[in-house]
Amino acid sequence: MHHEIIIAGFGGQGVILTGQLLALAANLEDKHVVWNPSYGPEMRGGPSHCTVIISSDPIGSPVVAHPDSELIMDDPSLGRFLPGLKPGGLLIMNSSLVRKNPERKDVRRIAIPANRIAEHLGDVRCTNLVMLGALLGLVPMVEEESLHLTLKERWGGKPDLLDLNQRALRAGMEEAAKAK
Amino acid sequence: MRGNQAVAQGAIDAGCRYFFGYPITPQNEIPDYMALHLPEVGGVFLQAESEVAAINMVYGAAAAGKRAMTTSSSPGISLKQEGISYIAGAELPAVIVNIVRGGPGLGNIAPAQTDYFQAVKGGGHGDYRTLVLAPSSVQEMYEHTRLAFELADTYRGPVVVLGDAVLGQMMEPIVFPAEVVDPEDLPEKPWATTGQHEGPKRIINSLYIVPKDLEQTNLRIAKRYQEAEKEIRFTHEGVEKGGVLLVAYGSAARVCQTALRLAEKKGLKAGLLRPITLFPFPEKALSEAATKAKAVLVVELSLGQMVEDVERAVAGRAPVHFFGRTAGVIPTPEEVLAAIEEVDTNGRE
Repeated sequence: MHHEIIIAGFGGQGVILTGQLLALAANLEDKHVVWNPSYGPEMRGGPSHCTVIISSDPIGSPVVAHPDSELIMDDPSLGRFLPGLKPGGLLIMNSSLVRKNPERKDVRRIAIPANRIAEHLGDVRCTNLVMLGALLGLVPMVEEESLHLTLKERWGGKPDLLDLNQRALRAGMEEAAKAK
Repeated sequence: MRGNQAVAQGAIDAGCRYFFGYPITPQNEIPDYMALHLPEVGGVFLQAESEVAAINMVYGAAAAGKRAMTTSSSPGISLKQEGISYIAGAELPAVIVNIVRGGPGLGNIAPAQTDYFQAVKGGGHGDYRTLVLAPSSVQEMYEHTRLAFELADTYRGPVVVLGDAVLGQMMEPIVFPAEVVDPEDLPEKPWATTGQHEGPKRIINSLYIVPKDLEQTNLRIAKRYQEAEKEIRFTHEGVEKGGVLLVAYGSAARVCQTALRLAEKKGLKAGLLRPITLFPFPEKALSEAATKAKAVLVVELSLGQMVEDVERAVAGRAPVHFFGRTAGVIPTPEEVLAAIEEVDTNGRE
């Protein structure tokens, strides 16, 4: 197993954190994992992305050029990262914000209305966990349980936030099951 | 844990209790971590007014016999060179971490290996070198920082850990050893200026106005570099006989590891020699490996700096080729594979 992922959106959407949670969950399972943030003269609310590599073998290059999966949280990120997606790769779009039609026909395209689902759950800030849930629903690269443990570690002291994020993760997985 | 944090924790676990720095991207997670965690173990974190001040504070702490560190990134390391030269001249142990970014000039904040010459050839003025360690994972960022303190004490000189922006920023799993160094348990340094009133005067200085005295000092320092040759470290993997021998360190070596797997799938014979100590350089291992190889391909995140040391070690035993990207651009494994194929086809020319 070797899976490379790009998560992209704008600052405030929890893009960096989403990647970290996934990487920490993989680490709990003793998988090889590398997380890399986008790093540059960043601006609040500006474009943001991170990459995660999860593998059963030691990881060589820590840099992702052609990911197996992409979580695209907004329109500009689609234009920026779709060209790099591996042929036959998985594109998960936050259809609440991605209005453009992806140009590539050689990839698997899944639309998740993540903002809307998050709002239904009570807080738009959990949009990122809905998207992450969708990714796990389609590519089970880590166990759901590992991710729940990771969430507990992060929000253990805030039961309402923990509950919200757990529900968001589950909702994303269910939405992905519908899209399968 | 992120690479920069691993450096900081490695220093703390090595018994470093004195950190002096000045902010610069992409290494700010090191001072950030130190500011939070050094006071917890009774250490001193100090953000200096400049890089020059920071390295001179390290000079002072080292003169007092304490394990001290400063960290920076390329332009900041250039500013520290005067102090590093003084530390070398005064024969003091100190650790300097360079999380290299694209240069020259202010450059950019992306990963690069463009400071190789500066790190391994001395860096500042005068007849000295620094021992240089080149980690290629977050685990090694931790281990090499710890090792750097041991080497600095053993060989009484500045030791450089040469990382880069990607090694500093990325997060990887890390396993911490159970044993950590308590600075109270470290052997006393008989030369340290501790303010004691008994015994002979101890003077720390890098000024030797009589040339013959300075020559003696330089010869003494040079002898330590020879002794340090027993610290040479490297890794070697893949097919070597009759294949293309890649030589790369740090992040470039990681890219080469993926390229090796791609080459293997294509039925190409290739191996990788990864120097861990850049000075002293694993010359003997390289020259032996080159004898068995069809050709040598050096891969760097620069326009070719280590390649000069490789050529010297290989000394005509095999043709030496070079592939690199510079200025913060990281080559893809596919680009390295293309270079391997090119060398494999035309390597004898």
